[in-house]
Amino acid sequence: MDLFEYQARDMFEAHGVPVLAGIVAHTPEEAKAAAEKIGGVTVVKAQVKVGGRGKAGGVKVAKTADEAFEHASAILGMDIKGHTVNTVMIAQGADIAEEFYFSVLLDRANRNYLAMCSVEGGVEIEVLAVERPDALARVAVDPAVGIDVAKADEIVAAAGFNAELAPKVAAAIIKLWDVFKKEDATLVEVNPLVLTGAGDIVALDGKVSIDENADFRHPGHLELEDAAAADPLEAKAKAAGLNYVKLDGEVGVIGNGAGLVMSTLDVVAYAGENHGGVKPANFLDIGGGASAEVMANGLDVILNDPQVKSVFVNVFGGITACDAVAKGIVGALATLGTAANKPLVVRLDGNNVEEGRRILNEANHPLVTLAATMDEGANKAAELANASK
Amino acid sequence: MSIFLNKDSKVIVQGITGGEGTKHTALMLKAGTQVVGGVNARKAGTEVTHGDVVLPVFGTVSEAVAKTGADVSIVFVPPAFTKDAVVEAIEAGVPLVVVITEGVPVQDSAEFWALAQSKVDAQGKQITRIIGPNCPGIITPGEALVGITPNNITQKGPIGLVSKSGTLTYQMMYELRDLGFSSAIGIGGDPVIGTTHIDALAAFEADPETKAIVMIGEIGGDAEERAAEYIKAHVTKPVVGYVAGFTAPEGKTMGHAGAIVSGSAGTAQAKKEALEAAGVKVGKTPSETAALLREIYAAL
Repeated sequence: MDLFEYQARDMFEAHGVPVLAGIVAHTPEEAKAAAEKIGGVTVVKAQVKVGGRGKAGGVKVAKTADEAFEHASAILGMDIKGHTVNTVMIAQGADIAEEFYFSVLLDRANRNYLAMCSVEGGVEIEVLAVERPDALARVAVDPAVGIDVAKADEIVAAAGFNAELAPKVAAAIIKLWDVFKKEDATLVEVNPLVLTGAGDIVALDGKVSIDENADFRHPGHLELEDAAAADPLEAKAKAAGLNYVKLDGEVGVIGNGAGLVMSTLDVVAYAGENHGGVKPANFLDIGGGASAEVMANGLDVILNDPQVKSVFVNVFGGITACDAVAKGIVGALATLGTAANKPLVVRLDGNNVEEGRRILNEANHPLVTLAATMDEGANKAAELANASK
Repeated sequence: MSIFLNKDSKVIVQGITGGEGTKHTALMLKAGTQVVGGVNARKAGTEVTHGDVVLPVFGTVSEAVAKTGADVSIVFVPPAFTKDAVVEAIEAGVPLVVVITEGVPVQDSAEFWALAQSKVDAQGKQITRIIGPNCPGIITPGEALVGITPNNITQKGPIGLVSKSGTLTYQMMYELRDLGFSSAIGIGGDPVIGTTHIDALAAFEADPETKAIVMIGEIGGDAEERAAEYIKAHVTKPVVGYVAGFTAPEGKTMGHAGAIVSGSAGTAQAKKEALEAAGVKVGKTPSETAALLREIYAAL
């Protein structure tokens, strides 16, 4: 999960990374009060989880608290690359002498971590990496060791900091490693890391991604979720423990296993090309244990999506037996009663498939159609969705 | 022949007394696997019974290995304890560790992988191979199963299968059940995994019983692109590919922690193009992929 800048800033502060004052505001009035509290020149910064906000007009310098009010009025509600600005951060103005870059991230390809550092910060790092790769030092970090003093020294030396700056930057890098390690991050990025006129190193911006698999050891991370941005159906599914992603189409999809569900979305989209261009409405993986309850919760979420016109249930019974899935579907339809009002195409294969199909045939529910293969089921579901568009 | 696992493999189960461990120990025994014991520090000295089979429970992996001669461990412990369990197996020098657990923090995986890499034999070869985490494991049909793959959906045969996904693996095994498989391995959908597509491709290339290979990928990362480079340079056997997630939107994680399209990176289209450039035929759907494999196999 990506964090907002203000959340990253707070995390930096908690781990001893030098940052400037920053206060969150949701209204122009709050922005003014924050600017008064900080005093002097402030910067009003849009809080969005997307790059390029400066170019989009989402970052403005305010000389007075009244100016902070005006800028916040303009920035709040702004749309930046499809992200609505609901929050701004009022940050203390910085006296910038020089700008640098630092990040540490998970390197999937090499199965370790990668630290990147440059004496040229403040620019778009992707552009720097392509145009002048020599200006961006890349240093591999062993997960068993992390960034200790020796590694931090290696990083600043590789980036080409002078003898005066090197130890100061290295000290900040060790603190940023603490953030990465202790918060179970997959990315910690500071752009720019600045040298102030007074000679201090300060993290002026921050981007942090945290690993949700590690939430069990970070109870506080749950509070970092952006409830305002979550789709209501996604929130409902999450509360029921379902792995659900809302998409734009008309064919609801339920399956078991992430890969099979992804594949089902593709097969439905291809089938839709022959049926009025209908598309999958969602990703929903009910996982291995498809009990009646899980199936009912899944169907409940999907049938509550007004865009959904038909549902394709695609299950390959591995360890989960198809008869259990079939009972789950029958039970779910009984539980939902009249709330179940859209046609269901069901494809079952694998473990105990004959018994599963027998149960569905016997129940003979008017909304349920059985399909022999994944391709046939996708085609039927697309046809039904198109027919009721 | 087969890869990584055969009828002589002796398997211990870490977490043998838990719910998943109990269920799958029974299924692995049924599939013919030589399960020889289990590990649970709190239940050391006890036994578990599955039909006629009575299995000892040991306090540590090293004790289990010393007493049973096990050369494979399968890990069913919860995410919070997975790192410690895998570290224990690596420290005990177990040659193959299969990590089924879903939801392991990626820093934990990176740390146990770093440890595994640091343990090498006199020839400089890594001692412990890790499969997973978040994977269905490996099956050599007719010989042994170390994982949660259903045992009854395919048979022994000439096809090698490597996949990130569990149920998609089952789907493909089922589609090609008449041909059958030498081994089928699910490498897992996490950002950091032990055995990669490339490792499995190399093993299938070296396995005389494997005549053709199916490789299943999905969105996220660049493992498929790197596998394509490897195929071009090193694989002489025919490879057919499938990539799931053509319709996945940017920035949304599709179930697997690793399955996310970020910017222009990790798209199914890019992976398909890379594979095709390496001479791999790529199916649009699982059924089309199976049809391509049949066509190629018939012409061998």
